[in-house]
Amino acid sequence: MSKIALIINREYTTRVMKPSFIILTFLTPVLIAGMIMVPLLLAQIKDNTEKKIVVIDQTGLYQNVFADNESFKFELIDQSIESFRTSKDKESYDAVLFIPQDLSLNPKAATLFSEEQVGLELKSYVSGLLKDYIEERKLAELNIPDFKELVEKTKVSIDVKTVRWGKDGEEKMGSAELAVIIGMISAFVIYIFIVVYGAQVMSGVVQEKTSRIVEVIISSVKPFQLMMGKIIGIAMVGLTQFALWVILSVVLVTALTTAFGTTLDIEAYQQAHTMGVSAVNLPFDDQDGVVSELLIALQNFDFVQTGVLFVLFFLGGYLLYASLFAAVGSAVDNETDTQQFSLPLTLPIVFAIYAAIYSAENPDGPLAFWCSMIPFTSPIVMMVRLPFGVPAWQLALSLGILILSFIGSTWVAGKIYRTGILMYGKKITWKEMMKWVFYKG
Amino acid sequence: MKLLEVKNVVKQFSGHRALDGVSLDIPENTVYGLLGPNGAGKTTLIRIINCITAPDSGEVFLNGKRLTAEDVRHIGYLPEERGLYKKMKVGEQALYLAQLKGMTKQEALMALKYWFEKFEIQYWWNKKIEELSKGMAQKVQFITTILHKPKLLIFDEPFSGFDPVNADLLKREILALKDGGATIIFSTHNMSSVEELCDNISLIDKSKIVLQGNVAEIRAAHATGTYRVVTKTNLHADSFDVQSEKETHHGFEYVLKSRAGESNNVLLGSLMTQSELFSFEEVLPTMNDIFIETVTTKPKQS
Repeated sequence: MSKIALIINREYTTRVMKPSFIILTFLTPVLIAGMIMVPLLLAQIKDNTEKKIVVIDQTGLYQNVFADNESFKFELIDQSIESFRTSKDKESYDAVLFIPQDLSLNPKAATLFSEEQVGLELKSYVSGLLKDYIEERKLAELNIPDFKELVEKTKVSIDVKTVRWGKDGEEKMGSAELAVIIGMISAFVIYIFIVVYGAQVMSGVVQEKTSRIVEVIISSVKPFQLMMGKIIGIAMVGLTQFALWVILSVVLVTALTTAFGTTLDIEAYQQAHTMGVSAVNLPFDDQDGVVSELLIALQNFDFVQTGVLFVLFFLGGYLLYASLFAAVGSAVDNETDTQQFSLPLTLPIVFAIYAAIYSAENPDGPLAFWCSMIPFTSPIVMMVRLPFGVPAWQLALSLGILILSFIGSTWVAGKIYRTGILMYGKKITWKEMMKWVFYKG
Repeated sequence: MKLLEVKNVVKQFSGHRALDGVSLDIPENTVYGLLGPNGAGKTTLIRIINCITAPDSGEVFLNGKRLTAEDVRHIGYLPEERGLYKKMKVGEQALYLAQLKGMTKQEALMALKYWFEKFEIQYWWNKKIEELSKGMAQKVQFITTILHKPKLLIFDEPFSGFDPVNADLLKREILALKDGGATIIFSTHNMSSVEELCDNISLIDKSKIVLQGNVAEIRAAHATGTYRVVTKTNLHADSFDVQSEKETHHGFEYVLKSRAGESNNVLLGSLMTQSELFSFEEVLPTMNDIFIETVTTKPKQS
């Protein structure tokens, strides 16, 4: 085995065999699935204590409005609010609804009194009931025959479909929402990978330097080999983790859908959708066809292209940053000193994630365009633009700039690393580091 | 035959000069000691020989040729601050370092098996370095340093952290390596090891070499004309001074000091006329005495 392969092998195996790596890799997909499933399950478990509400209606107009449901039970009493407030009866009720005037004249007249703060659910339930009732009554007062039916007929729900035309004019059902979701997820994953694995490169370098391991190793390998071995080894750790996440997520989703007995028959949805029928028995409420549309868009989404570009941009961005992190790690004497030098490196990454969020709103705007060309932000911003469709020349240009940049940054980092890794007890400045780049030898 | 030659090396750090015109020759197949108080510049010199730092001026030659980074591949170096990956297992780490030095996996495994058995540390193979004590980790590092049989070995403070038993083991191994044809340079404060191991030494103090040469010659040159003598009967001091006298059941034990550079035989002759001799031994100063004397007073020679 060549020496650089040996180093890559060591960096890779020691990290992949770590319990923390194994736990994180296998637990994350489970956690994500859990984060989606638990709220769904929790929402089904309702607060089943029934709340009693007393209605004091001084107008006598709303006697039949308040229908009980599983959470709220209404009771009408004929008593003045003052006497009820002081009576002992109020102990056994959770809230009092007081209506002193005709609400069609004064919509703000109704009040809910209670000892504990009234929940939002009760407030909206009560106002919903009153609103519907008053609207209906006002309509009835207009005295137009069959007006109710006419109103029903005019109710519409508009859903603008987004369809992308391929080069050959072929139609692709797309979804702007889906594009944003996929774009943001991949941008965040790249962001996290660059930060996490870049930091690992840096701390690995610092560790080798402070423990003086490097003094022994440098007698057998070139500093550049040592640095590249570390960077490549850790990149492979990142790719392994990513691949495992994808595989595990697919397995988990398949397992869950089978377990819930709802195999998502996308073909059927697609047919139903194009025929304008939403009568397929969906396992959930899908009134406007939003879900089925998302599913179709998901099916039409080019995962292979996105996957390949994701890996390319991840590697480019990672190599660019990791080499600079390695240079910083080699220049300092201990872990705590890394902070002041790593800040200028983390700032553009953080900026990139903000640029990505704004680019999602306007994926072809100048901010999105320039940030997807600048190598320090392009791996993250381009991921957001990608699902919206990016011209091929822009992709090629962006990747080209990125590749040239990381070749340049590795060269510079190699020069700094070579000098820095064997330098001790010297206060390092940026100026000093720049000087090392141009050392001969 | 000179293996390594250091010529007039100067190294300046911000604030102080670590090495000031240091020169030394190291003959092939000898043990060379670098002595000196803390902060004298020994480690800096070792790092220059290992191409870890570059000298500001001066040159280093190996086999008559200028030392390059390539040559460092043939040097086995044991740094003072032990460099091993703390989280890695002993066996894996030793194997990794050996392969980096260019050994094949098979060769490395064979050699490691031999040394681990010799040092009786086979059961450490699957332990992590952080589970070992300082001395234990040092044994592992010693093995990784010599495993690929380099011609030149450099040990920085090899005895620090070792108990007397292991220090002895290490001394035996260093001598065995010398017998095997290797040239060894080591720095130390342990003066008894210098007398036992070193052929030549350089004593560095305040960035300069204050004493250099063959150990036996240095000790002879520092001889003070002191002798330990055991006799049958009493001596009366005429051509020498008696420093101490003690009567035992064997006879009389004296520590004598000869006057004005008499040769051993002249003194011996005059003693034999006075009494029957049981033993006669010249007391040479220990390296420890010479070290302290040289470092605390003005340098006598350079």
